Amino acid sequence: MAKSLLSVRALVKRFGAVQASNGFSLDVARGELHALIGPNGAGKTTALNQLSGELTPDSGEVFFDGQPITHWPIHRRARMGLARSYQITSVFDQLTVKENLSLAIQAHNGHSFRFWGKAGGDPVTRREIEPAMARVGLEERSEVPAVKLSHGEKRQLEVGMALVGKPKMLLLDEPYAGMGPGGAVELTKLIQRLKGAVTILLVEHDMGAVFSLADRITVLVYGQAIASDTPEAIRADPSVRQAYLGDEIVAQGRTDA
Amino acid sequence: MNRKTIAIAVIAMLLMALPVVAGITDEPYLVTLVSRILIYALAAVSLDLMLGFGGMVSLGHAAFFSTGAYVVGILSVHAFEGTALINWPVSISGQEGVLVVWPLAILASAVAAAVIGALSLRTTGMHFIMITLAFAQMLYYFFVSLEAYGGDDGISLFSRNSLPWVDLADDRQFYYLCLGILAVFLFLAWRLVYSRFGMVIRGCKDNERRMKSLGFATFRYRLVCFIIAGAGAGLAGAMIANQTEYVSPGLMHWTRSGEILVMVLLGGMGTLFGPVLGAATLLLMEEFLSIYTEHWMVYLGPFLVVVVLFAKRGIYGLLAGGNGSHG
Repeated sequence: MAKSLLSVRALVKRFGAVQASNGFSLDVARGELHALIGPNGAGKTTALNQLSGELTPDSGEVFFDGQPITHWPIHRRARMGLARSYQITSVFDQLTVKENLSLAIQAHNGHSFRFWGKAGGDPVTRREIEPAMARVGLEERSEVPAVKLSHGEKRQLEVGMALVGKPKMLLLDEPYAGMGPGGAVELTKLIQRLKGAVTILLVEHDMGAVFSLADRITVLVYGQAIASDTPEAIRADPSVRQAYLGDEIVAQGRTDA
Repeated sequence: MNRKTIAIAVIAMLLMALPVVAGITDEPYLVTLVSRILIYALAAVSLDLMLGFGGMVSLGHAAFFSTGAYVVGILSVHAFEGTALINWPVSISGQEGVLVVWPLAILASAVAAAVIGALSLRTTGMHFIMITLAFAQMLYYFFVSLEAYGGDDGISLFSRNSLPWVDLADDRQFYYLCLGILAVFLFLAWRLVYSRFGMVIRGCKDNERRMKSLGFATFRYRLVCFIIAGAGAGLAGAMIANQTEYVSPGLMHWTRSGEILVMVLLGGMGTLFGPVLGAATLLLMEEFLSIYTEHWMVYLGPFLVVVVLFAKRGIYGLLAGGNGSHG
């Protein structure tokens, strides 16, 4: 497992009587697009929050790039190259597209105890801001406050912000949630462009997207990974079918294949 | 020239001319009144840095305001008596010079803000409001029981602080000093709001969780913002002590924090000049309505409700137009 970028060992997280993570283990190889799927309430978001640092597991360990990061705070993980986007779109509504991206650049570019010079005026930000806007295809909208963007555009901005620090790994929490067909196409293009360049863990309900994009899929049921394999093998796996009340989903996956 | 620039220029000119006008019309109390407004404006702008830009709703700002005032008061008592404040480890005697006392006032309130902020900022929302309130009230009761410095009665200053070339005892010179300090503070605050630090603070207000996931250690940025706001309030406190030549625990009662908060809300949260307008509005209403009734707050209440409901960015928003930047 030496080539794993992210390695998760037997995470346990309880909320009162609810066992949200119950010995959850996962290995994500460098460069792959790994999807995490599972029925509602399987503990996908809880698992993701323990990877990004928003929750601390009761027991178990998380290794990223060879380092034990289990107890690291979120900002330290982010600086090390573990970026995430949120299920509920999470951009800075009051700031413009340009300011949003410039803030993301600033996060990876020295400290911000600078009280005098204008933000965004430093050479690093000036150099990186145009490519960052181009990457998410929002050059035309640079001066628009994020609150006025469409849902799809916000999603693109959100992913764009996570990408700014050239992260080693991207945690995408249901990026397709609430997205219209047009936006979904744009997003799939964006993810396909990223694939290979950055390691991605994708938590997603949209099975069409998962089976067409993922290199490997891990199925989470009751806080435990019951299978972790290629899309073809996952589709054929009887235990997955059974656990996942799978008829509809498996059928849908087949039509997309 | 947009509306905002014109409004600010007009107000600045009026303020510059005021002592002259007051001299001609023989109404010297106007100078005193507006000095008071300028000082409270400074306190309100400092609160707005953390409230309007940083999203930290504090009900304890008077704690820093009065810390600054008490530094002036306590050092003045010792200077008058010729006694030392402390003898160990270093001997500190009483002081009256602005150049020593006011920086000390700023430092003391910054330290108070660092301690209170480091504890309060571990909470958010309603808990943060209550914990800042609790700290301020603790300080209030501490000074009420501090008999050495007047306890409940406070300290009457023998005279105002001294400054080379400026005679603070002269109300007009004091007025121009207040005006100058407020102008410099507004300029610094304006630089700060648009700096990298300012962007981080505004980002924290908008979405702190996201700031963390971008890689910002948000706590320390918010704490520094809290300290800057406290230091600004401390300076204002040192100035109000000189203006009234009187320091009492009344300065740190929670209603004082409420007043400063109301100034920010009235004037326009998240704007730099708004709190100045808010301070002016509140203190002028107090001054003129209290001629007719001691229950002048009966009129203030509905006025505040109307402003908050209908003017999104307070009085500043009405004057400068809604789509202006932070100004």
